[in-house]
Amino acid sequence: MKITQSEDTITAIATPAGFGSISVIRISGQDAFEKTDLIFSGKTSITQANTHTIHYGKITDDSGNIIDDVLVSVFKAPNSYTGENAVEISTHGSPYILKRILELLLKHNVRFAEPGEFTKRAFLNGKLDLAQAEAVADIIMARTEVSLKGARNQLDGLLSKKVGSLRDMLINASSFVELELDFAEEGIELISYKELSSKVQKIIIEIDALLKTYSFGRVIRDGVNVALVGLPNVGKSSILNYILKESRAIVSEIPGTTRDIIREEVSIDGVLFRLFDTAGIRVSEDAIEKVGVLRSREAVRAADIVMLIADVEQGMSSELLNEIILLSSEEKVIRVMNKIDLPHENNINYDIQISALTGEGMNAFLDLLKNKALGNSTYSEKSALITNARHYNSLQKAKENLSAANESIEKQMSGEFIAVDLRNAIDNLGEIIGEVTTDDVLNNIFMKFCIGK
Amino acid sequence: MMTKFDIVVIGGGHAGIEAAAAAANMGLSVGMITMDKYAMGRMSCNPAIGGTAKGHLVREIDALGGMMGRIADRTGIQFRMLNTSKGPAVWSPRCQSDRKLYSEEALRVIESIKQISIIEDNVIEIITAEGKIEGVKTKLLGDISCKALILSAGTFLNGLMHTGLNSTKGGRFGEKPAIGVTESLLQLGFQAGRLKTGTPPRLAKNSINWDVLEEQPGDENPQPFSHHTDKNNFPFLPQVSCHITHTDESVHKILERGFDRSPMYTGLIKGVGPRYCPSIEDKIVRFADKKQHQLFLEPEGLDSDLIYLNGFSTSLPAEIQSEAIHKIMGLEEAEMVRPGYAVEYDFFPPHQIDLTLETKLIHGLYFAGQINGTSGYEEAAAQGLVAGINAALKIKGEGEFVLKRSEAYIGVLIDDLVNKSTDEPYRMFTSRAEHRLLLRQDNADRRLTGLGYDLGLNSKSARDQVIARERLINKAIDLFGRLKLHAKDINSFLNENGSNGIDSAETVSKLCKRPELSLTKLLTIVDPEEYPIVNELMSDSPALEQVEIELKYEGYMKRQQETIERVEKYETTKIPSTLNYLILKALSTEGREKLHKVKPRSIGQASRISGVTPSDISILMVYLKH
Repeated sequence: MKITQSEDTITAIATPAGFGSISVIRISGQDAFEKTDLIFSGKTSITQANTHTIHYGKITDDSGNIIDDVLVSVFKAPNSYTGENAVEISTHGSPYILKRILELLLKHNVRFAEPGEFTKRAFLNGKLDLAQAEAVADIIMARTEVSLKGARNQLDGLLSKKVGSLRDMLINASSFVELELDFAEEGIELISYKELSSKVQKIIIEIDALLKTYSFGRVIRDGVNVALVGLPNVGKSSILNYILKESRAIVSEIPGTTRDIIREEVSIDGVLFRLFDTAGIRVSEDAIEKVGVLRSREAVRAADIVMLIADVEQGMSSELLNEIILLSSEEKVIRVMNKIDLPHENNINYDIQISALTGEGMNAFLDLLKNKALGNSTYSEKSALITNARHYNSLQKAKENLSAANESIEKQMSGEFIAVDLRNAIDNLGEIIGEVTTDDVLNNIFMKFCIGK
Repeated sequence: MMTKFDIVVIGGGHAGIEAAAAAANMGLSVGMITMDKYAMGRMSCNPAIGGTAKGHLVREIDALGGMMGRIADRTGIQFRMLNTSKGPAVWSPRCQSDRKLYSEEALRVIESIKQISIIEDNVIEIITAEGKIEGVKTKLLGDISCKALILSAGTFLNGLMHTGLNSTKGGRFGEKPAIGVTESLLQLGFQAGRLKTGTPPRLAKNSINWDVLEEQPGDENPQPFSHHTDKNNFPFLPQVSCHITHTDESVHKILERGFDRSPMYTGLIKGVGPRYCPSIEDKIVRFADKKQHQLFLEPEGLDSDLIYLNGFSTSLPAEIQSEAIHKIMGLEEAEMVRPGYAVEYDFFPPHQIDLTLETKLIHGLYFAGQINGTSGYEEAAAQGLVAGINAALKIKGEGEFVLKRSEAYIGVLIDDLVNKSTDEPYRMFTSRAEHRLLLRQDNADRRLTGLGYDLGLNSKSARDQVIARERLINKAIDLFGRLKLHAKDINSFLNENGSNGIDSAETVSKLCKRPELSLTKLLTIVDPEEYPIVNELMSDSPALEQVEIELKYEGYMKRQQETIERVEKYETTKIPSTLNYLILKALSTEGREKLHKVKPRSIGQASRISGVTPSDISILMVYLKH
């Protein structure tokens, strides 16, 4: 088997597409310096340069034409992000310049990096562990400040610490069970099933608490989908516009003009909301509108929060509410009463009343939206947080295994039937922090109990 | 003329016996070199076979066609099934043996196998050429040539015994050490380490006040280890009891006075001892809050005057041992015939062997038993058997014999040794087997008899019996999963047996899961005229037992089976043996070194190597996909 992976040199544009004042091209691989020297001319050659230094010079093509004035940063292995020799070329921010430079590099046998390949190399070179690599992917994808904090928190190992301590608790509980099985002849004092059960339940509660951070963790990572639903002309688009502070949807007095779904992303206090303004749901023969209605049903199904909007003139339609609950679920729905600036009778069928026109109640409305999204979690940067589906699944499995173990305890099953589920749960937690060894329980027994004839 | 064998086995202990017998029974000529043939199968520590997890090993050895179970059955003077208050997976057979008779029976067994020549001699050098075994040089006979060499020299390699600050060279009380073999292996490039184990004092039987001691008799209905053993004549010997006493603080105080002359605490002993079998002084130091420790008085034999004081392993000065013993209840007047001692010996950290027990360095050289860092007769015997089988298979060009962790405790044992190596004497525990619920002592024959037959170690009739029983078991399980019993027919039966009545029909399988209902009881309400299998089962109690266990714990077994299937994909992802880990700079430093040392066969095996992290495994998998 030939391992060529870390020998070839790869490149990619590190900054977002489009025009910016500067752009960065990254090059990584054994020949990163030599390859750069082929296109770069400055006071010193990059191959000769010290690590962590920046060099001014020009990128020229084969015929000597200057493409751009650039700054080249030099990182020598293993002190670079990827752990390989790496170069970052800062160019002026023009897609044309970037294209020319990349073409030059490709001509010199530098390969286009696959998505995530820089991080993969960093992982393979031992610069990041698996959980960290996952966190990096999250940081790159982070679109809001809170989301970034969540990813950082994982990168800093808060989750690993928490899961590690849960695993230790479990190894301890498991030791009591195994002790009775392997050393029953030793006259060891054993713990009662009641005590064992309370140990296991305590761990389940802790895992549960961690699991609950996921909906929040997912929210801060992926954002929240919000569907705005209501009969025509209740002011969905006005509310959307209020939130966006700019008009994208057509706001019209004629019912049914919002025929397609308008999707907007907006950050409220660091949390990403994805807002879907649906077509008004009503009986209509209009084919185009039918498509719109169909799409709005999809949006409702997929939404984390459904804002059912009514106005004081038409009142809250219980028919529509029922239909939405069928598509979604009751706890996801916020009933919004709009147009309270108009003369109206008091109506109690709403969660919040507002006027998108005057802005009355809008702050409370936004708070409600945020609270609904974050649930009851109180997020502090110091607490472990589940943002990753793999971690969530492992914890979920650990919980299931512990519940099975607890069931066996309640049925007064012999220890080996309890142990089998405890062991699986220990492995599940080990998967998250990357520790899977079968000797932990025995080691713990040898350390804590006097055994051996 | 030079003496020639297919296989030479060095050592006549529990590993050597199995290795020689297996290889000979597979049709090869075997020379077994021992310093003293009357020390064959000698029990150097406690006079017992089996016990938790070790009993499983004996049953597996027996199912594969090994000798240990048969010898133990013929020489046992107390048989007990341990852990019967627990579920079937942790039941473990154990027996007290007559030390002298065990050894005599072992010699009789080996002498009865025509293909084995017993040679009383000392090996002084191992001869190799171009990385292959050629033979051995002995003191008396000179050069002996062989195609494979199995080294199972126990604690004899540079053995050093300690009592207090006195140390004597020797592998066991009254026996000389083996010198030269280690040196020979070091020259070949092997790495050696040092381990320590201990043994308690022996007391004179007639000097003990038996009347005050708690008696521990054997089972009323003793069960043999071996499927060969004729149950009608079992047990063969009169059965005796063990007795229990304990230390107290006055005993501990006296022992503490000798700590300044303890070879352990003065640093005289360099080898690492087993944490699960600590010396009495270690127990006092490490568990200072424990005011008393249990001791077992085990008879060494029917006509032996010696009593083995199990739980009192020590290397303190003899006079301290004696003084402390006199403070123990029932032992006030006890005469200490022989003091306890610690023994240090060379071992070869087992990352140097492959799963076949062949060394990675020298082709045709196999290590088995205590020199691989294990402790215990059963662990040694299991390795001896596997080494003997593999040496024979290799010479015959018939592949190799490796048991999976999901197949046998023997598989767990060897996999652990190779992958985790060990820095303390390794002992089997049921908790080491992640598939414990399926690896039971009661189904060892179902799991392994067929394999033993394929190797030529089991008779066709033994194999056919297992196959026939397997058919009966499966037929019964299938039937009971379908056969529904109706409320009107069985509710009075359920009430009589303290079980709740049913509303709608339930299968036998489901009813059997109720703890209060045994299968035997349930079968009394199934019509044997309509279902003749009922009578078949009632007359085959091993089959009945298997069906009951499988029905009662069906859910657990199923989940365990699923776990096996889940890990199977890692076990079957092979790693080419030519992979050079040293150039994979991506690996953690420790992981890289360990992988290079062990050279695992599969990703599954790699993941069990201590020091190899999950990141290392991900990296390996990424590389293998390339």
